[in-house]
Amino acid sequence: MKSKSAILVGVGGQGAILTAKVLVNGLMKAGYDVKMSEVHGMSQRGGSVSTQVHWGEKVYSPVIGSGAADLMVAFEKMEAVRYANFLKPDGIAVINDYSIPSATVAAGLETYPEGCLEAMEENFKCYTLDAAKIAMDLGSAKCMNIVLFGAMTKALELDDIDWEEIIRETVPPKFLELNLAAYRAGRAAAE
Amino acid sequence: MTKHLMSGNEAIARGAYEAGVKVCSAYPGTPSTEIFESLPQYKDSLYCEWAPNEKVATEVAYGAAIGGARSICAMKHVGLNVAADPMFTAAYNGINRGFVIVTADDPSMHSSQNEQDNRYYAKFAKIALIEPSDSQECKDFLKEAYYISEHFDMPVLYRTTTRVSHSKSLVTFGEREEAEPFTYTRNNPKFNCSPANAYRNHAKVEKNLAALREYSNRCPLNRVEMKGSKVGVISASIAYLYAKDVFPEDTSFLKLGLTNPLPMDLIRDFASKVEKLYVIEELEPFMEEQIKAAGIACTGKELVSNMYELNPQRLKEMLFGEKPETKDLPVKAGSRPPTLCPGCPHRGFFYTLGKQKNTVIAGDIGCYTLGANAPLNATDTCVCMGGGFTIAHGMSKAFAMTGQEKKIFGVVGDSTFFHSGMTGAAEIIYNKGRVIPCVLDNHITGMTGHQDNPGSGYNLQGEVASAIIIEDVLHAYGYKNVIVVDPQDLTAMQKAVDDALASEVPAAIVSRRPCLLIKRIKHDIGQCVVDTDKCIGCKKCLSVGCPAVMIKDKKSCIDPNQCVGCTVCAQVCPVGAISRKEK
Repeated sequence: MKSKSAILVGVGGQGAILTAKVLVNGLMKAGYDVKMSEVHGMSQRGGSVSTQVHWGEKVYSPVIGSGAADLMVAFEKMEAVRYANFLKPDGIAVINDYSIPSATVAAGLETYPEGCLEAMEENFKCYTLDAAKIAMDLGSAKCMNIVLFGAMTKALELDDIDWEEIIRETVPPKFLELNLAAYRAGRAAAE
Repeated sequence: MTKHLMSGNEAIARGAYEAGVKVCSAYPGTPSTEIFESLPQYKDSLYCEWAPNEKVATEVAYGAAIGGARSICAMKHVGLNVAADPMFTAAYNGINRGFVIVTADDPSMHSSQNEQDNRYYAKFAKIALIEPSDSQECKDFLKEAYYISEHFDMPVLYRTTTRVSHSKSLVTFGEREEAEPFTYTRNNPKFNCSPANAYRNHAKVEKNLAALREYSNRCPLNRVEMKGSKVGVISASIAYLYAKDVFPEDTSFLKLGLTNPLPMDLIRDFASKVEKLYVIEELEPFMEEQIKAAGIACTGKELVSNMYELNPQRLKEMLFGEKPETKDLPVKAGSRPPTLCPGCPHRGFFYTLGKQKNTVIAGDIGCYTLGANAPLNATDTCVCMGGGFTIAHGMSKAFAMTGQEKKIFGVVGDSTFFHSGMTGAAEIIYNKGRVIPCVLDNHITGMTGHQDNPGSGYNLQGEVASAIIIEDVLHAYGYKNVIVVDPQDLTAMQKAVDDALASEVPAAIVSRRPCLLIKRIKHDIGQCVVDTDKCIGCKKCLSVGCPAVMIKDKKSCIDPNQCVGCTVCAQVCPVGAISRKEK
């Protein structure tokens, strides 16, 4: 097979790195060679963050550049726009219909851009969902990342991987039921 | 065989364990920090610590190598500037047991002030340079590093980059191997760098380097992957992985792990077997210039930029002119700069200082570097660790000599104070400076992800440690008026600034409140709410630059998910529209 790449983008603290780890655990279990890249440091302080996952029979580079991602998962919609150039023209985007104003927007120095979702949907095959609302309906905003993860697994079409089993192995027992429900709801939202 | 998904940094820690390392010392710095955060799990087999700075860490590790234990120190690239002094002398003296210095470079400056290429340090200091490409190599190459260090009697520089350190890939473990036991006896000609000894030692260094140069041609870290004879690529570090993705299947590779000294016989032989030779390296033409100087034709930096990190798509475009296919969106994302967290104790300090008229504030490196950003706009400069005090002192002397009247503050954090702020504080007192040194003591090394320091009361192994009291140090230096203040109380903060400026004896400020992200401290968390009937929409609350405070429908609005109830915004509200409730 040709190797595949995903890019998970959001704002520091949203759980993009953790979600990427669940994805990687599944890919490892399925026997793929996997590489993952993340950046720490400055970016954690409310800045824009991205994590990349690259998998296949044998993969070399842990990072990708422009026009190389098969899949994007955007935890925040302006971040989807920021990283859109990483997507292949026929790439797929899973987008959280959720906005976090940046400090410059909050301070009134900039305005939050209009039409992020529409621009993405006009250019790429998109699965858009309100993961925050789905998570709140399930009882906790904290499982928003697993809702997005569920939608991502649908978009990925890696159906030979038992993702529920991977979640069981990754998530502490206390939060297992919530996260399984979040996963299923996310998957259903991407149907 | 079980495979473990590990970052390069975690793999280096594992590698140190497997290579029989016994003494480890480091100062945190992105992207190197997680190496030492991963070491305490092996503390039954090795000793590990956070040192006050990189020079100290290097000296401690070198001392251990003299004493008879394999040792390692680690730092970010600019940390090696601080540690260069002991490294250069260790190169002349040599070692008793293996000594490895890890430098984690930061191409593209994800968290740094420059993208210096530290490979040149190895050539400059005349020591071995080893560069792993992925996590398995990060672990495995360390054993060879200790072999080289002990066999050729020199420190080894072990270089990663952000992507090598922070990328995760699969690693197979090995067993721990202990070094040959060593009993210390005094060896003055070797370890006392007096001029007469150094004179002799230089000849020894040249001899050892020549032997290593010969060995580099058969070193197992350098390998030939012969495919076709059309195109050959010489590469190392992360650039090798990018090149593997980009060049066609039938390309031959000379993959280098030991890159100083370069295996020139191996390179010459490889070059003779291919029609076209590329040298692919990130940042500077470190290998290319040496290969060209040896009379071997190759292509590299005329196509591949020496600026910013590479990736496969960027490399493909630069080498073959293949522009990646992307779609242009009609919408552009706005900026999202990093900011001080809600409830950050630095906010009250910078808000107060930023309002001072006719004031110059020299900043430093840490979370508080963000005090320069809008809307706080507080600091004038940020140069290097410890520079907050001494750049301010130099500016004050320039102002005095050129007739400029300014109030001058120098700002460092608690970890930075112990790193190299203390010498600057001594400088200001000793040379009659007109600077007010300020220490922002949040009880932790914050920006690198919360490491302990000599003021925090704990060490890397999680044990309770002696906590050095910063105001006592300043007082002992001769600051007769050290004002300790809670920066979250804006009235007290303003009074501290006024008192320091009016002081007739040397004054200093210790702005003290622990970082809210420290888990072992119980924080008083509350929540601020806006009374929209009282709010006049003046936006004064936005001037504190808190990500939780914003304007909605022309009134102040506080995000309950982000707010922790620090009340700094409430204190600046002119109509008392913001109040705190318990959470």
